[in-house]
Amino acid sequence: MSLIVKGLTVDHGAIRAINDVSFTVEKGKLSAVIGANGAGKSTLLRALSGLNSATAGSAEWSSHNLLHGKPEAHVRKGVSHVSEGKSVVAELTVEENLDLGALWRRNKREATESKSQAIALFPRLGERLSQRADTLSGGERQMLAIGRALMSKPELLLLDEPSLGLAPLVIEQIFQTIRSIVDSMGLTVVLVEQNAMGALKIADTAVVLNLGSVAATGSAAELIADPAVRAAYLGY
Amino acid sequence: MIQFFNMLLIGIGAGSIYALMAIAMVLVWRSTRVVNFAQAGMALLSTYIGFELVQKTGNFWIALPLAMILGAVFSSLVEILLIRTLIKHSTSGPVAGIVPIIATLGLLGFIRAIIGFIWGNQDVQIKAPLSQIGFRVGSQTIALSPMNLFVLLTVFGMVIVLGFIFQRTNLGLSLRASAYAPEIAQLAGVRVGAIRTVGWAIAGAAGAAAGLLQTVNGTGALSPDSLEFSLLLTFGFIAAVVGGLESLPGAVLGALVLGLVLAIVQIYISGTLVFIVAFALLLLVLLVRPQGFIGVKAGRRA
Repeated sequence: MSLIVKGLTVDHGAIRAINDVSFTVEKGKLSAVIGANGAGKSTLLRALSGLNSATAGSAEWSSHNLLHGKPEAHVRKGVSHVSEGKSVVAELTVEENLDLGALWRRNKREATESKSQAIALFPRLGERLSQRADTLSGGERQMLAIGRALMSKPELLLLDEPSLGLAPLVIEQIFQTIRSIVDSMGLTVVLVEQNAMGALKIADTAVVLNLGSVAATGSAAELIADPAVRAAYLGY
Repeated sequence: MIQFFNMLLIGIGAGSIYALMAIAMVLVWRSTRVVNFAQAGMALLSTYIGFELVQKTGNFWIALPLAMILGAVFSSLVEILLIRTLIKHSTSGPVAGIVPIIATLGLLGFIRAIIGFIWGNQDVQIKAPLSQIGFRVGSQTIALSPMNLFVLLTVFGMVIVLGFIFQRTNLGLSLRASAYAPEIAQLAGVRVGAIRTVGWAIAGAAGAAAGLLQTVNGTGALSPDSLEFSLLLTFGFIAAVVGGLESLPGAVLGALVLGLVLAIVQIYISGTLVFIVAFALLLLVLLVRPQGFIGVKAGRRA
């Protein structure tokens, strides 16, 4: 079971956002997708979660075709997407945001267990269950967005720029938590990041996107050591 | 004193029916971002169906819930067959966003024409199932009849049931999340398309109830170009906007305030001023507090 993307191409009207992108992520691994603003990172995730439709190529997760069907169907197949910019419903309480991710689940006992797990992972959320999501800090909102995704009991978690707009210490904490989700829960994660160094440090493998195409792939350690990647994306 | 008391009763009674209409408009707005000008036409159609059901069953108490169910079905079909397609296809061009709204204007005319075709242009009558003679307090007759009381209790019961559904059930959570942030709701697994239809269905039921209750609360007369239904749309819309267009409690509050203000004008000043005051109130609210009483300032549309 792994995520296999082959020749994925997505157009926004007349503009080709990503072109012929191929990569594989093994089950239980964390793969970082890095690249400059506008490289097509978000578009790639949106195509995988069913928010954007693809022009060509294929994307499969455990024999489930990710390029077919709506996001709500993907969630039921174990694919959860935390979209860019703190993907929480501001007007709902913290607890309602968490519950939202598990509404579709039949087994309510398991859903309650998932909630305890999410709160154990992010104790700050547990202290703020009845607060509206828009009263949370940026970091707390990102934790809530990830917590909501975990409520859907995902096997494949797609994270879009969880570090966006957060303070360095908070970013560090979020990245560590993402790594621990992979290690302790056995999830497969695709982490899209502009914060290339931070993402590469916690990732197993990585894909470098440039203007919509794959510029490099490999293990995170290899890419950190690659002079071209260092010069272009890590800034030294 | 008795005049003041009657003013309150009349205001709250009228306001409660505007509230149902305002709730219908808010539900449709929240689920699809469409202002449904056909709401009154759909309510009128449901009321005619209610009239047929009263004729067939001879029983208003059966006809009311049945008409509400059929109103919900009709409203769902409008969303599925018309609105959904229009929203999907009108994504570009200068009028893209308003195509579905203009379509509801067309639908209003279409429904009225259909009603005229089926039931003719003569008035039909629905007999009030309860006495319309006011209760007596001491030697005075007050502006509250058993019929009025039933309407009030029914509307408040519906508001409480809706409030419970929205705040305390999974369906309500889905409805709220889909209204505030459809994309995030979708990513969380909510079937947003189906939830939109449910929003329209509840609106259709609320509109049907508003139409039937208003008719038996008044003269009982129905015609395709009924002035009372035009007023129902206008006042329901004003109440929804005054309440912020996003908020159900706001819609109910807006409707009660509107009902009371109009009752004050009617009783203490002049019945001929009612329209002027209603629209002045709408413009005033839009000018000084465009987010409504309960609306969120610069409300998000995401």
